[in-house]
Amino acid sequence: MSATDIHDPNRRDFLYVATGMAAVVGAGAVAWPFIDQMRPDASTLALASVEVDVSSLQPGSSLIVKWRGKPVVVRNRTEKEMKDGEAVNLADLKDPIARNANLPSDAPATDANRTTPGKEAWMVMVQVCTHLGCIPLGQEGDFGGWFCPCHGSQYDTAGRIRKGPAPENMAIPVFKFISDTKILIG
Amino acid sequence: MSEGHSTYTPKTGIERWFDARMPLPRLIYDSFVAYPVPRNLNYMWTFGGILSIMLVSQILTGIVLAMHYTSDTTLAFDSVEKIMRDVNSGWLLRYLHSNGASFFFVAVYIHIFRGLFYGSYKAPRELLWILGCIIYLLMMATGFMGYVLPWGQMSFWGATVITGFFSAIPLVGNWIQQLLLGGFAVDDPTLNRFFALHYLLPFMIAGVVVLHIWALHVVGQSNPTGIEVKSKTDTVAFTPYATIKDAFGMIVFLFIFAYFAFYLPNYLGHPDNYTVANPLKTPAHIVPVWYFLPFYAILRAITFNVGPINSKLGGVLCMFGAIAMLFLVAWLDTSKVRSAVYRPWYKLFFWLFVADAILLGWLGSQPAEGSYVFMAQMATLFYFAFFLVIMPVLGLIETPRRLPNSITEAVLEKNKGGSGHPAVAAAAPQTKG
Repeated sequence: MSATDIHDPNRRDFLYVATGMAAVVGAGAVAWPFIDQMRPDASTLALASVEVDVSSLQPGSSLIVKWRGKPVVVRNRTEKEMKDGEAVNLADLKDPIARNANLPSDAPATDANRTTPGKEAWMVMVQVCTHLGCIPLGQEGDFGGWFCPCHGSQYDTAGRIRKGPAPENMAIPVFKFISDTKILIG
Repeated sequence: MSEGHSTYTPKTGIERWFDARMPLPRLIYDSFVAYPVPRNLNYMWTFGGILSIMLVSQILTGIVLAMHYTSDTTLAFDSVEKIMRDVNSGWLLRYLHSNGASFFFVAVYIHIFRGLFYGSYKAPRELLWILGCIIYLLMMATGFMGYVLPWGQMSFWGATVITGFFSAIPLVGNWIQQLLLGGFAVDDPTLNRFFALHYLLPFMIAGVVVLHIWALHVVGQSNPTGIEVKSKTDTVAFTPYATIKDAFGMIVFLFIFAYFAFYLPNYLGHPDNYTVANPLKTPAHIVPVWYFLPFYAILRAITFNVGPINSKLGGVLCMFGAIAMLFLVAWLDTSKVRSAVYRPWYKLFFWLFVADAILLGWLGSQPAEGSYVFMAQMATLFYFAFFLVIMPVLGLIETPRRLPNSITEAVLEKNKGGSGHPAVAAAAPQTKG
């Protein structure tokens, strides 16, 4: 113990605290790259949008594209499917929210809100069950929409959950028609 | 117990040379030769040794499998098939590794239930028990990631469902899920990091096992009576008594393990995992490997919202809570008596708990519909009631049976005066060791 400790304790304390703080900041700065590297990398993010040519899709047919590792269904709905979707009373829906990334997060789940204006025949939807992530089968089940074989969730022709354990309507990704026959997803 | 009074005397020049510089032979002698163990240990106490050799076996087979495996989503499935068909003895090494994981869990579940039955977690062994719980958690993480590596349908969809749990966390859930996956769905980055971690975690397990054994050697082994060792006549030397008993237990266990590896190599797996992973098609019925089934049943049992907690988050919380219960038993159990042998009511509830865990496991393998859901909810309720209600309350109201005064007395009582101890055939009055 030197005399300075007694005469100048504040200076010593300051040095201890400052050294400790520098060590904490340094440890954080070293730790961050190790955490940061786990996040989706540039090549994964580069696949975050896909362009789909839908010119070949007749009413009543659909195609599936892989977007962000998940299947996205593009379906040209039939007149009957659209009518069925529109006829649904909103009060009958298990999830009354549109779950459409192109609309405000509280938009009601009307048939129109599940599609895009002027292109109401077209369903563009992440075909992943909102229960435990299974892939539902198209045009099956009591409501003529989608049926999940895993735990029996049933979706209607607008991909809204009607029956079964799934909590939410299937998600509509960010998408737009860049021409009459081309859709950009993401 | 053995701390502080080593009985090791180096005999040769080399031993003396080492003992003066780094007394490793002394440590081995004191830990595995002269170390005193209670004389009444039954075969339930051989599973620590069995688990040790299973860990070594898994690391050895795993390292050689890694030399032939490719962790790329386009190649992983085929590389496993290459191991099965082209690599010399590859089929054997892979079956030993995949069945070894199952038998590792068989042994750990017996080891855990042993601890719960005989109250092995009670003071002063709380830390020993908690270190064991940490090993169990690491084992589950390792087992889960290992199951993803063959890149079959169950690998992919199991990983999707399990990482999906994290999306149930409010606010940061999706961010955490993407952090774990390295993308928006299970894909190449996920497979690569799981492979790296699957290789790392067994060595972390080995590290915690060292701590587990260290803690064990400080407090000493518990025993079927739950009475602490009081005198030298209560113990026998680790070698040859425990060594031989452990070796015999290992041989019997390895026989059963070998029977599965050779004759039923795929019995504990799922046929869907021999179909290559397809992100666009889900198997009809997703089930995890058997050793996760009870927790999977608990996860799916929560089908209702509780206040602000929705069913998805509630299920995840219950599932992790079910594991967290194990960490707390040392404080949840209020009884002064360790062993269920002397606790008639605890013994009854213990066996009900075992039955409940098996029932949950079976329910986890069934589809989550109809009466299965209700049964899983009741079984989950009992699971938590066992830890949170029965354990604390029983300790306060139960009248235990009379405890023997010492381990020696218990052994001699059982053998009706016969020679229960090889060293003290004419059971001398207890002398302090």
